[in-house]
Amino acid sequence: MTTDYQKNMEVIDSDIMQKVLDLTNKYDYNCYKEKDVLNTLNKDNLNIDDFAVLLSPIASKFLNVIAHKAQYETRKHFGTSVSLFTPLYISNYCENHCTYCGFNCKNKINRAKLTLEEIENEFKYISNTGLKEILILTGESRAQSNVEYIADAIKLATKYFSTIGIEIYPLNTNEYQYLQKCGADFVSVYQETYNTEKYKDLHISGPKSIFPYRFYAQERAIKAGMRGVSFGVLLGLDDFRKDTFASGIHAYLTQQKYPHIEINFSTPRLRPYINENKANPNDVHETQLLQAMLAYRLFMPFAGLTISTRERMGFRDNVIGLCVTKISAGVKTSVGGHNEKEKGDAQFEIADPRSVSEIVKSIEDKGLQPVYTDYIRT
Amino acid sequence: MNNDKLIIAGHEFNSRFILGSGKFSLNLIEAAIKNAEVEMITLALRRANTNGNGNILDYIPKGITLLPNTSGARKAEEAVRIAHLARELGCGDFIKLEVINDSKYLMPDNYETIKATEILAKEGFIVMPYMYPDLTVARELENAGAASIMPLAAPIGSNKGLLTYEFINILVDEIKLPIIVDAGIGSPSQACQAMQMGVAAIMANTAIATSKDIGLMAKAFKLAIEAGRLAYHAGLGRVLDYKAEASSPLTDFLED
Repeated sequence: MTTDYQKNMEVIDSDIMQKVLDLTNKYDYNCYKEKDVLNTLNKDNLNIDDFAVLLSPIASKFLNVIAHKAQYETRKHFGTSVSLFTPLYISNYCENHCTYCGFNCKNKINRAKLTLEEIENEFKYISNTGLKEILILTGESRAQSNVEYIADAIKLATKYFSTIGIEIYPLNTNEYQYLQKCGADFVSVYQETYNTEKYKDLHISGPKSIFPYRFYAQERAIKAGMRGVSFGVLLGLDDFRKDTFASGIHAYLTQQKYPHIEINFSTPRLRPYINENKANPNDVHETQLLQAMLAYRLFMPFAGLTISTRERMGFRDNVIGLCVTKISAGVKTSVGGHNEKEKGDAQFEIADPRSVSEIVKSIEDKGLQPVYTDYIRT
Repeated sequence: MNNDKLIIAGHEFNSRFILGSGKFSLNLIEAAIKNAEVEMITLALRRANTNGNGNILDYIPKGITLLPNTSGARKAEEAVRIAHLARELGCGDFIKLEVINDSKYLMPDNYETIKATEILAKEGFIVMPYMYPDLTVARELENAGAASIMPLAAPIGSNKGLLTYEFINILVDEIKLPIIVDAGIGSPSQACQAMQMGVAAIMANTAIATSKDIGLMAKAFKLAIEAGRLAYHAGLGRVLDYKAEASSPLTDFLED
């Protein structure tokens, strides 16, 4: 693991990373028996050991029972609500060399960045679909999409959206503070994998290669006053049981330290990309993906869980209400592409291209309630 | 008994059932209101998608009193700002004050709730604060200008019933304001039990929204709340703590 922070990277005083890595290193998911799973399923409040049990191979035999309990918890905490949002990529320039990513700086793809005028056109178009929540994304390039540029995009977004999230390169506390003041309240940063050796192999160069700086992004965002933070790994990069366990513990310890914070999980799986033959896909099938999602739901039943458009329509339609509380709709993963012509290539292919109205209909058909806004910027 | 109204800050209600709306599908709200015959329904401002799709305000029949809540507020100032927004949206002066600084159990922050109550009451709001049942806090809320006190029965959404029975009982005994049990009531029998104790009203949402037949459960709650109120007025029959009354005299030594 590269622990040497690069120049200008803020170091915060926290012991969460060491705790997460220690617990993950000790996690032996093969040591559990059926009775452990049954004990866990009989409990109201789950602890870290229970989460470990739910992610074990033996627990997959009880997937249907786990799903029933998850559905009950989802209904108890969220009622019939399913929140809607869409991502907007405003830039795909990147300074990182990550072996698995379509945006990686060594890949020869069409690079682009939207002008502020183009961003506003996209916002207007998305807003007209009825959505009130936007997730603004960039590739990880401070040079091409600096904090000021992202801040300008956020300020424009406040004219059209009640909820603004960002999925950008990790920032220092003062930078998060600035973006929060501009109108963003939710930060997503995914650790990709918590296996530090694997992380080092996969992230060859660029700021992302500094594992601890990325790890503490959520905590810096919280200290800056952000309302909610999202956790997750890129399933398939490494052992999904250990990675999911680590990301759950990361979120759990963060919430314990900052009880007011809203926690969200996302479960992206590795999808086809350029130079695929150089990667080492550690395939995660739908059964395993669902096991990870249900484990998150039962471990932290109050946390949000987002389903990505990387997954097919049939899968997405069945996990809403079961464990998922948030779904993207009308998604484009290219730079622009909603109303503006696509300016840059996409990060990954999507498997569910349905429009907002189509997603709304499928939510309603299941007797669930599409929720457009669930937040007031105060 | 014929004139047994729920009175909150001078406003009279025939129904002692306040319906929460946060966990319903919007198209089922009207049926729940109708079956429960409620006159007041909560409204999460953060969900009010004014001029947009799926706006809860479009699903609430006219004549129902809106009780906007401040859910999402972590501090008193945030709750005050959300209350102002409710007023700007024309939701009236009622405000169900929720200040919650804990995303896991959603426990109310009593201290911040007192602060917000004081500010909002001075601004003319009819403040109905959600709180953890603590007598000292209830007294401070009363002094701060609250129009009712809304203690939780159990963690919100848990359907676990009257876990704080004894503490709510103390509030009923000591506080002059209407005591409205807010969170945790999971079944009509629990609602009835709370009403028998002498609370003024019940607020419920999850218990109805998660039942198999929402309309039927809404009606069951209405009837249970009415039954509990009647029982309260009738005075519960004597329940003996011992197996039988002791017949051997313990006071025959007295000479007068």
